[in-house]
Formats: sequence, C-alpha cells, structure tokens
Amino acid sequence: MKRLLTRLAFYLFTAWAAITINFFIARTLPGNPVSALLTKFQGQIDSSAIASLTALFGLDKHQSLWDQYVAYWGQLAHGDLGISFSQFPVPVSTLIGSYLPWTLFLVGTATVLSFLIGTALGVLSGWRRGSWTDALLPATAFLSSIPYFWLGLIAISVLAGPASFFPGSFSYDQGLTPVWTPSFVANAVQHAILPAATIVISSMSGWLLGMRNMMVTVSSEDYITVAHAKGLSDRRVMFSYAARNAMLPSVSGFALSLGFIVSGTFLVEIVFSYQGVGTLLLQAIGADDYPLMEGIFLVITLAVLAANFLADLAYLLLDPRTRKEG
Amino acid sequence: MAPEQTTAVLEAEGLTKHFPVRGAGRDVLRRGAAVHAVDDVALSLHRGRVTALVGESGSGKSTVARLLAQLQTRTGGAVRLHGKDVTVHGGRRFRAYCRSVQLIFQDPFASLNPVHTVRYHLTRALRVHGHAGRTARELEEALTDLLGRVRLTPAEQYLAKFPHELSGGQRQRVAIARALAARPEVLLADEPVSMLDVSIRLGVLNLLRDLKEQLSLAVLYITHDIASARYFADETLVMYAGRLVEGGESETVTQSPAHPYTRLLIDSAPDPERIGSAQRAELDEDDLGEPPSLVTPPAGCRFHPRCPHAMERCTTELPPRFEVSGKQWAACWLYDNGSPAPAGES
Amino acid sequence: MARLRRPKFLRNGKATAGALILLFFFILAVIGSWIAPYSPDATGPDAVVGPSGAHWFGTDQLGRDIYSQLLVGTRGVIVVGFAAGVIATVLSLVIGIASGYLPGRGGEALSVISNVFLVLPALPLLIIITSATPKDGGWIVILTIGLTSWAWNARLLRAQTLSLRRRDYVEAARATGESTWRIIAFEILPNLTAIIASGFVGTVVFTILSEITLAFVGINVSEWNWGTVLYWAQSQDALAQNAWWWFVPAGMAIALLGTGLALLNFGIDEFVNPRLRSGGRARVRTRAGRRLRMRVGFTPVLATVEEGEAR
Repeated sequence: MKRLLTRLAFYLFTAWAAITINFFIARTLPGNPVSALLTKFQGQIDSSAIASLTALFGLDKHQSLWDQYVAYWGQLAHGDLGISFSQFPVPVSTLIGSYLPWTLFLVGTATVLSFLIGTALGVLSGWRRGSWTDALLPATAFLSSIPYFWLGLIAISVLAGPASFFPGSFSYDQGLTPVWTPSFVANAVQHAILPAATIVISSMSGWLLGMRNMMVTVSSEDYITVAHAKGLSDRRVMFSYAARNAMLPSVSGFALSLGFIVSGTFLVEIVFSYQGVGTLLLQAIGADDYPLMEGIFLVITLAVLAANFLADLAYLLLDPRTRKEG
Repeated sequence: MAPEQTTAVLEAEGLTKHFPVRGAGRDVLRRGAAVHAVDDVALSLHRGRVTALVGESGSGKSTVARLLAQLQTRTGGAVRLHGKDVTVHGGRRFRAYCRSVQLIFQDPFASLNPVHTVRYHLTRALRVHGHAGRTARELEEALTDLLGRVRLTPAEQYLAKFPHELSGGQRQRVAIARALAARPEVLLADEPVSMLDVSIRLGVLNLLRDLKEQLSLAVLYITHDIASARYFADETLVMYAGRLVEGGESETVTQSPAHPYTRLLIDSAPDPERIGSAQRAELDEDDLGEPPSLVTPPAGCRFHPRCPHAMERCTTELPPRFEVSGKQWAACWLYDNGSPAPAGES
Repeated sequence: MARLRRPKFLRNGKATAGALILLFFFILAVIGSWIAPYSPDATGPDAVVGPSGAHWFGTDQLGRDIYSQLLVGTRGVIVVGFAAGVIATVLSLVIGIASGYLPGRGGEALSVISNVFLVLPALPLLIIITSATPKDGGWIVILTIGLTSWAWNARLLRAQTLSLRRRDYVEAARATGESTWRIIAFEILPNLTAIIASGFVGTVVFTILSEITLAFVGINVSEWNWGTVLYWAQSQDALAQNAWWWFVPAGMAIALLGTGLALLNFGIDEFVNPRLRSGGRARVRTRAGRRLRMRVGFTPVLATVEEGEAR
C-alpha cells in the first residue's frame, strides 16, 4: 500500500513537471507565432477562444508569471487546450479525442505482442545458448538499429499496394463510418496489421536481449542445478524455474519502455498515414500549429503516466514481495 | 579490571549506535523504530596490549569497530583519543584522526579494489598520511619496508600484483600493510582471520602479535572465536545483543567465565579436549535459542530470555557491572553483593 | 591492466566488426563532402530518376544527387550523434554516480529526476522543445537531444554505484583517509568503466536515431543528414512514385551504423560478463559417440570426455 502511494506521488509529480515544462516552453516561443496567428484569423475567432489561447500562451504581457501560471492551470482544469490553427477552428481537445483511440489501439496491441514474442524468444535463446538461436543476436541488433519509420516504408513498398491484402494507409477504409460492427472492426484490424507488425519487429529485440542475458545469469544459479538434479524435465526447469525468475526485471522494465514505444508508434503512424496522434503531430509541426503540438505532448504524457501506473499495479499483484527499486 | 601502567590511547564510554528502521511496509506505523546495534559500550585500548571483543554475529561488534574508526557517526557516548573527545565526519580532521586509528577489514577479498595494484593501495595510504617521502627512492624504500613488515618478501614480487593474483592470506597482509602505512597507534582488526583458511589464520595472528610488539600498537581484536581471543588477547570483552556482558583478563574470562552467556559461548564451541558432559549439563541442546530482536530488545538483561539462571529482576532491571574478582567483571545480577552465584559454576 | 585488455577485447569478433563499421563511417564523416560527386543542393535536369552511372543512388524531386546528400549528411549524423552522446553520458555520469553515492535525500531527489525523464515520452518532448527554439540551430538539436537522453544510463549507473559504495574497499579507502572526490574518481569510477562504455554506445545509438527522427518529421531540415533525405522522400511521396532508391540507401546506412554500434556493445557486454559469450563448443562428444549439449548451470557428468570441456 505504501509503495502504491509513493508510486502515485511520483506520477503526480511527473505530471506536474510535464505541465510546467509545457507552460515554460509555450512562453519561450520565438517571435510569438500565436499572436501572429490570432491577428491572421482576426474576426473569425470567438472571444472565449482568444481568452483560452491568451492564458495558454501567456499573450497578456501585463500579467505576472505567477498569475499566468495560475490561469494556465485554470484552463487545463477545464480541459481547454485552445483551438487548432491547422484545422481551424476545431478545439484541440476534440481533435486529440478523435485521434487518440487509434493510437492507443495500435500501441497497446503492438506493445503486448512485442513483449510476449520478445520474451519467449529471449527465454529460448538464453536457455539454448550455442544453438541456432545465437544467430538471433546479430539479426535483432540489425532490426533494432533500423528506425521504426524506415522499416514501415519498406513494409509498405514491399507488402502493401492497391492489389495487396494490406492497405498502405489510413486506419480504416475511407468509405466506412467508424461504428462497432464486425465488418468495420475487421477492416480496422486489417489496416492495423502492418503498422503493428512494424512496431513489434523493431521493439522486440530489447526484450529478447534483456531476457537472454537474464536467462544466462539465472541459469547458473544453484536452484537451477538443484532442479536439474531433482530430475525435473528440461522444459519444466526452463519455464517454471529459470524463466519465471528471469522475467522479473523485464516485467518491471515494461512500464519504462512505454515512452520509447509511443515515440516509435508516432513515426509508424506518420509513414502509414494512420489516423493517430502521431500523424496529427506531423500536421501540427508542418503548420506551426503550436496549440495542437503542446496539447498532444500533454495528453500523450498523461496517457503514458496512467499506463505506467496500471503496469505498476499489475506488477504489485503479480509479485507481492516487490522490493523497492533504485 | 587489571591495573594499568600505561594510559589508554583510545577510550570509549557509553558508546551507542541506533540505526533508524525505514522502508519495510509493516513498520510504517512504528515511527522512530531503530535497531539498537550498540548500547552503552565502554572500553579502553592501551599501547602494546590486545583487547579482544567477542560475540556472535549480529551482536554489534563490527559496529563498535566502525564507530571507533569514525566511519559511522555514533548516536551517543564519547570516543576519546589521548583523553580528548573526538567527533569527525570527514575532511582534514578525519584524516588526522585515522592517522592514529586504523581499521582492518574482515574480508580481504573485498577490502582491496580489484582494479588497483598492491603498489597503488600502499602508495596512496603513504601519500595520504604524508609518509611517502619526497623522492621516488624514498617511496620505494617505504613500500619495501611496509611489505617487509608484513613478511611479503621480496617486495618487488608483490608490488605489481593485482588483488586477484594473491591468496587470501597475502591479501590480508597487504591490507595490514596498508593500515600500517598511516603509522597508527591503534589497530582495529575486525575479524581479521575469519575469512581465511584455518591453516593460515595462525600466521596472520602471529604477524599481528609481532607488529604489536615491534610498534607497540594498541589492538582491538574483534572475533566470534573465543578460543583465539584466549590465544591472542591480553584482555577479553564479551558482547551480547549490543551490550558488553563480561570483561577481564583473557585467561580468566575464558577459563572461568562468569556471565552465563560467556559460558554458553564457550560450551557451544567444539573443543576436543573437553571430554565428559559435566559442563554440557548447563547447555540444553534443544534450548540454544537465538539473539533477540534489536529493534525491540528485551527489557532488563538482554540475555534473560535465554538465560538458565534468569530471575525475576533480570526481566525488569538492567544489571550494572559487578566485580567478580580483581581481574574480571560481569553485568549479571548473579554477582550482586559480590557473591558469585553457586549455580552452574564449574 | 588497460594495456592488457585492449587486444583481448578486440579478439572478440563482434567487437572488431562493430569497430570496423564505426571506423568506416568516421572516415566518411571526415572526407564525405570532398568525395561527393555533386553538391547536395545542386539541382539538375533529371528529377526522380533511378540509379545510374551519373547518379549512383538516383536523384530527388529537384534532380539533386542522393548519393552526395548521403555522403555530406554523414558528418551531421556522426557529429550530432556523438556530441549529444557525450553530453548525455557526462550528465548521466554526474547524476547517476551522485545519486548513488550521496546519502539520503539528495540522492533520492536526483533519482526521482532521472525517473521523470525516463517516463516522459522522448519524441514529443524533443519536438516541442526544438519547435520552440529558433530554426536552423544545429547546436540546439545537439543540446536538446543530449539533455533529454541521459536518464536510462543514469539509472544503471546509480544502481551499480549503490552496490559499489557498500563494498569494503570503498569503506577501506575512507578509513585510509581518502577524500570523497578521490574515492569517486579512483575507487568507484574504474569499476564502472564497462557500464560507462556500453552506456555511451547505447546513448549514441539513441541520439543518432533521435536526430534522424527529428529531421524526418521536418525539424531542422536545412542541414543535410540521413533523416533529411528521408524527410524529402516522405514529403514528396517517394513511395507512390516507386522511388525506392530515395529511401532505401539512407535506411541501410542508418541500420549499418546502428548495427556496428550494437555489435560493439555486445562485445563490451561479453567482455564484462563472460557468461554471455556464445558457447563456442556447446556440444561435447562422449567416447561412446553420444553427443551431449552443455548448458550454463548444468554440467553433465561424463564418465570419460574425449577432449576439453565447454569453455
């Protein structure tokens, strides 16, 4: 219980840090592009949107920094992230709300799959050291040094195309409306296979390597020798004794790797024109749409923090003797 | 206590160390809980004399050594060097202090840095305390002299070696040489031979004894082996659960132990010469017990839960030191009024 | 010791291969702009044509030579990657060791800070920081990447320092009277060499990928690096035009450099932890002709072994 509370406190602190970083970055923008945009769209923006952008980007120069900070938090408390300029005048929160589920779907599936496959291969290659599995090492080294987005490009050019089963872009056929019907879900899954596979292949090697090293370390422990000496089957020793103990660092590292995977997913989305937050971010960068960029950073950070907290909860349930880690 | 001709070099009085307990979830409610590692320890070290501190593992004897070396800060009490109370945390004053008081560690496999040679270890110790001389020749002479003192000759053969190239006994000799480089007056030896093979223990102990004679060092010899205390030490102190329970001349303490704990300690050591079960009667094999929790030590005498002679007052009142004979004292109610307890005395 | 280690270390095949790959790119970084046949910005009449004798890797939408762009871009990749890697490694050293060695709240606070940086998703953070700074600042990119990529390494170093500071030899150095900085620099640091080395290599992989990624999403594209090439390929729809030569060579270059660094790291890991070495002779033949597989932690007892054992 105490551990849970300290973790919660840590995530709250991190969220505060992220929001504060965001606050200061919004105030160091060169040449005040937001007020330039406000001038450009003058007359088309209603006063409440102007007020929220003023609070978010500190356009009111007469306010003290502290007052700006308080006003900023006030805006966030209302869930108001300003309006987007690249898709004028849709509120940022609405935009992110419609793109976020696709990213969560892609990240979630890909992370779980890559963890499972990578760990399983790591167990095998650590246990059967000196067999064909050794060839996995250079192969995964190669795969992990390829940027996600480049692998995506290759996947599209090789596998996707008008005649192929794999669609090369978008998260569902543009003619369909997103509703919970079997045909739509099937279509969405079909669109997700290639991007997800790209992420899985790129991110798997980290799990594989970590697991292999832990397996090699664990398998020279005395209790493994004892398990062998007891006459247990090789398979049983491998899974119930070695893998089970070697898993723990991987599981606790699971949460930390989420940040990396989210970053990778953004790029894959860009390559596949997948309607996720990454694609949205690319549009925002291209159009200098600062409210949208900052909104995306905030929302994604909070989402990653929430996922981390869930992972911590799961770990607590799995391993009751959880030690405090440095 | 034995009358002293010399004055004490290093003295401790009321030495106390409590480690705060934190982290473990179930202790949250017990705020301010602490491990009472060392409580109210008093001892004095004299030049040319070896004082043994005997106790089982976890009794706080290593903590006493670290407190005396000022590597840990004490919770209470005084440490007096040449009669002056000293408390140092680091920096110049610590350096000056450890020039007089040096510590030898238990594990010679761990106390030498694996990335440095013997030469590095010794040179640094000489440099830090300004004994390295001004020229390369003087340094070389000092190094040869140090290794000669611990009987690692020829010196050139050992200077270039890394710790992993030496045997356990050789490493401990290097560690002793490093301590000697400061030219200390007091040597605190924290179980210096317990990690060594039995066959080379005697050699290292004899070396320490010779060094004590030559350099007239005051030695605190910490051990769990009471037999070696008898062999090596002039005075023996027995520690149980953070407190001293008995002390006096080694011969007396080991041959006619006064405190029930000391008797238990001696009886539980395997001794081929001791035949017959007369002494064994005292020690019920099934009832060995174990040291108490130091977070919540028992009230009164800390030994009373295990003591065969425990009385009513033992559970409530802390026994002070009682003189048993001119050469021996014990912190046990059995010796109140100066009358040695008849029970179990062999 | 260091003199003895080097040849032993390079005897490891993986490490040697990695070092050679790295050397190759270092040379390219130095001489790339001299041996490039064209200026990377020189437009030509042939837009989006495939590889030919004149243009080895084809041309882009303005007829610029992609081979030259890659050669010139190598310097940017190496300089930014290594400069940011050095910054991040130094930061992780300072913060990791300090948080491991300092007792109490100071150490804890530093550890919390590195965990914050670990949990924050790196790419969006990088993007909003670089987008808020003046355009075309190579140093801004280096600094930003360097200042955001140290956390992972710092965490590893902290863990190792925590275990080292309890070692007797650190305590013994204190008892000898060594000063704190001297203990950190001469007693603890040498024992961290391997972790620092592999951490540096890992950090460089990360910074290079970050840099290329930033260029790919369109930040700081005025300077040539491999990511810039990919940025133009993506924004000009190279895929739709089937212009594979536009993005394949750049990706191969990134993958090759990354593989070289990763191999170097395997070499370091195996050097430090001999158990990780791939068993050369994992199979042992008994005199009876049966073949047995040796496994770590499981030593088969053989009545008679023909020759040698697994190691």
